[in-house]
Amino acid sequence: MTTTSPPPPRTRNKGRLFDWKLLIGVAVVGVLLVFSLFTGVYDIFGADDGGEMFAITRIPRTIALVLAGAAMAMSGLVMQLLTQNRFVEPTTTGTTEWAGLGLLTVMILLPGASITTRMVGAVLAAFIGTMVFFLFLRQVTLRSSLIVPIVGIMLGAVVSAVSTFIALQTDMLQNLGVWFAGSFTSVLRGQYEMLWIVAFVAVAVFFVADRFTVAGLGEEISTNVGLNYNRVILLGTGLIAVATGVVTVVVGNLPFLGLIVPNVVSMFRGDDLRGNLPWVCLLGIGIVTVCDLIGRTIIMPFEVPVSLILGVVGAVVFIFLLLRQRRRG
Amino acid sequence: MITLTGVRKEYSSEVAIGPVDLRIPKGGVTALVGPNGAGKSTLLTMIGRLLGLDEGCIEIAGYDVTKTASKDLAKVVSVLRQENHFVTRLTVRQLVAFGRFPHSKGRLTVHDEEVISRAINFLDLTDLEHRYLDQLSGGQRQRAYVAMVLSQDTEYVLLDEPLNNLDMRHSVQMMKHLRRAAEELERTIVIVLHDINFAGHYADRICAVKDGSVAEFGTPEQIMTDEVLTRVFETPVSVVEGPNGPLAVYY
Amino acid sequence: MAETTVPRVRPRTTPRVTAPPTGPSPERSSRTLPTGRARRRYWIIVAVLAVLAVGFAFGQLAWDNPMPVGSDGFWRIAELRATNLVIMAVVAVCQAVATVSFQTVTNNRIITPSIMGFEALYVTIQTTAVYLLGAAGVMAVQGVPQFLLQVTLMVGFAMLLYGWLLSGRYGNLQIMLLIGIIIGGGLASVSTFMQRLLTPSEFDVLAARLFGNIANADASYLPIAVPLCLVATALLWMRSRRLNIVALGRDASVGLGLNHRRETMRVLLLVSILMAVSTALIGPMTFLGFLVATLAYQFADTHDHRYVFPVAVLTCFVVLSGAYFVMRNIFYANGVVSIIIELVGGLVFLFVILRKGRL
Repeated sequence: MTTTSPPPPRTRNKGRLFDWKLLIGVAVVGVLLVFSLFTGVYDIFGADDGGEMFAITRIPRTIALVLAGAAMAMSGLVMQLLTQNRFVEPTTTGTTEWAGLGLLTVMILLPGASITTRMVGAVLAAFIGTMVFFLFLRQVTLRSSLIVPIVGIMLGAVVSAVSTFIALQTDMLQNLGVWFAGSFTSVLRGQYEMLWIVAFVAVAVFFVADRFTVAGLGEEISTNVGLNYNRVILLGTGLIAVATGVVTVVVGNLPFLGLIVPNVVSMFRGDDLRGNLPWVCLLGIGIVTVCDLIGRTIIMPFEVPVSLILGVVGAVVFIFLLLRQRRRG
Repeated sequence: MITLTGVRKEYSSEVAIGPVDLRIPKGGVTALVGPNGAGKSTLLTMIGRLLGLDEGCIEIAGYDVTKTASKDLAKVVSVLRQENHFVTRLTVRQLVAFGRFPHSKGRLTVHDEEVISRAINFLDLTDLEHRYLDQLSGGQRQRAYVAMVLSQDTEYVLLDEPLNNLDMRHSVQMMKHLRRAAEELERTIVIVLHDINFAGHYADRICAVKDGSVAEFGTPEQIMTDEVLTRVFETPVSVVEGPNGPLAVYY
Repeated sequence: MAETTVPRVRPRTTPRVTAPPTGPSPERSSRTLPTGRARRRYWIIVAVLAVLAVGFAFGQLAWDNPMPVGSDGFWRIAELRATNLVIMAVVAVCQAVATVSFQTVTNNRIITPSIMGFEALYVTIQTTAVYLLGAAGVMAVQGVPQFLLQVTLMVGFAMLLYGWLLSGRYGNLQIMLLIGIIIGGGLASVSTFMQRLLTPSEFDVLAARLFGNIANADASYLPIAVPLCLVATALLWMRSRRLNIVALGRDASVGLGLNHRRETMRVLLLVSILMAVSTALIGPMTFLGFLVATLAYQFADTHDHRYVFPVAVLTCFVVLSGAYFVMRNIFYANGVVSIIIELVGGLVFLFVILRKGRL
């Protein structure tokens, strides 16, 4: 795609992409998705319009879970490959906050903007934000990989301070909280279809993941093996921005998903990138679905937004990962 | 005298140190040499109490490094790590003045100022003393760090690869300074060196470390032999007589 | 011990020594500001900051004061406004001293102590109160006992975290930082959820408390806040020589005989007291400390904390009082002051991280 050299031969992993473990995984996630389809207050079997409600709310919601979960997990993986840092993902680099700022800007400048316009705003802002972060990484010499997420979260705080300021001036502060809290409640037929865009992101990652690994080793090494470093970085940033922007507009913030999924997968399977890719997708979907199911059932008939559950679960898993790393030195 | 008894340390799953028993006598320059990852620097940082030990005991001039208060040890032993980056911007003299902290706790006396001046002169930094560290070349900066360690005025000085990133000229200069510090200032210097020939020429004693334990300890004459070096470095080494003493040839 | 043998360094005339050992060097001292020029520069900056501080302070008291300066009526009105000045001074001291000390012990000049969960905790406390008690909740968390309770909670939280993560064999400052931030993030998402469930009017009441604002403070807190702030600052000031050493990093400071871990814990305890006082007093101010510390390093241009602290405190007071004075009397926009400061601080942050550096 972007290089002149043929992709490196990867005979080692051929035929391992789909083994029986993965099939079991697919089956488990499939069962979860079926649960998701049949969980809810509305009695889809008893009511007259049950079938229609099923098509309007349950199916879109479940599809949204699949797409958003896979996309955010993949974005996290791409960021970790590009930066060679395990603690990086859209929420720890400020990308999510940038997307929110873009969304807010569009909402204020064009109050009646269509969902597409909002998405463009969010994607553009997410792109700028991710580029700022990568620029920062290139500028400084880091003594410790832990500094990267610290700076990223600070960066996110700056951006969200700007958003808060704008929201406060325009009386949108409470709305802001609602938009950013990721939730699948409002995913209905006719409003979520844009989410299909992120399916392309997930597919694209499958094709170019190896290049991201090489680019993560640095500009010199990439150039040495004949990779156009800047183009790969731009491509990666673009993919992350699209995924984050679209998911932020349609669903909201899904904190820590991109962080825990790739880490957990490589904890169990080692660092075999190509073999891990389907697992990252699958686990991303699985975690989002479980969190959404919990959110839907825990205080029925009300819903807890999935971002709250992910935020709490994700924070716990993140801390566990950190402490594990600490023990290893 | 520095005494290590039964020192053991699990550094990571790959590197384990010990058990090490070693007695480094007072005075002169002792070089720690050995292949990469043998544990030279780990050993040195443990002696300098920057790293704890799992088992065993290290004594410097009779003080147990794990039990003696750090502030008392700082008057007996000074240690310089390989990498030194400071967030603050310091001049050479300010850096060297930090070496007096164990004695004056930051309130410099006339005597402290004299010691600082002498340490700066000793390393030929007199004209540079008000320059900022980031304005110096690598060799000058390294000398400034060593000056700080000398102004700490301790009997024992531990240096972790002070020749790292120095070119030939600066390496030779640095070793001559250290030699003089050992002779004129009567310091006991323990130094991690990468180049066996520097160790052979400038050190009084060489300690060869391999796989986390001491493989050989002796005078340069005892260590600079084909048999010992080949065994320690696991590569064929032949020692020839050069114009200024024995030279290890390994390529 | 052996080091008492006085002149170890005998300057023998060896050919390698280029400089004359007892040469007529005009001034060989290690004082913080070595040259006359540096000294002059430092004191001029301090003077300018002091003049600005006094000017803004007087401006706060005198501007729009209907009584002639010096009359009884003038002072009566001024007294009312003076409370605000005291609050600003407390916040300035807290934020400036805490941020500089925090950046020193963490060896990192681009972080602020406020991201360590203090603010998230404060926001959670405030939000929970409103969530449980409705609009009356905001009143319920006001008052001296509540103020003390909030300070205690924040300090307790910080000490638990530091104590847990810095002690033990694998103590690591950066992991501690990151965990603090993450816990803060977790708390923030809980508060966001509760905020969603509030009615718009309840939310409006709460929103005022979620942004740092001098108006949030109550004069009755001052008898507690002022002593806490002064004691913590004095203790940090007394440690400033040690802080100079801590700034060199762990290895260098252990080598110089400092008990690095104990020193770090003590400084962090004092920092958490200062941050808790400031946050409980006026609410969260994320980037004020960062902005001020960054400016202070530029102004003071020295490593010595005894010189950095005063400049940082003065700068912080000038920024706060100046921003309030200008916004109140020229733009008539009282409420947004802290947000403006946050924005400027955030922009400075962006600028700083995009400059070449080492972290």
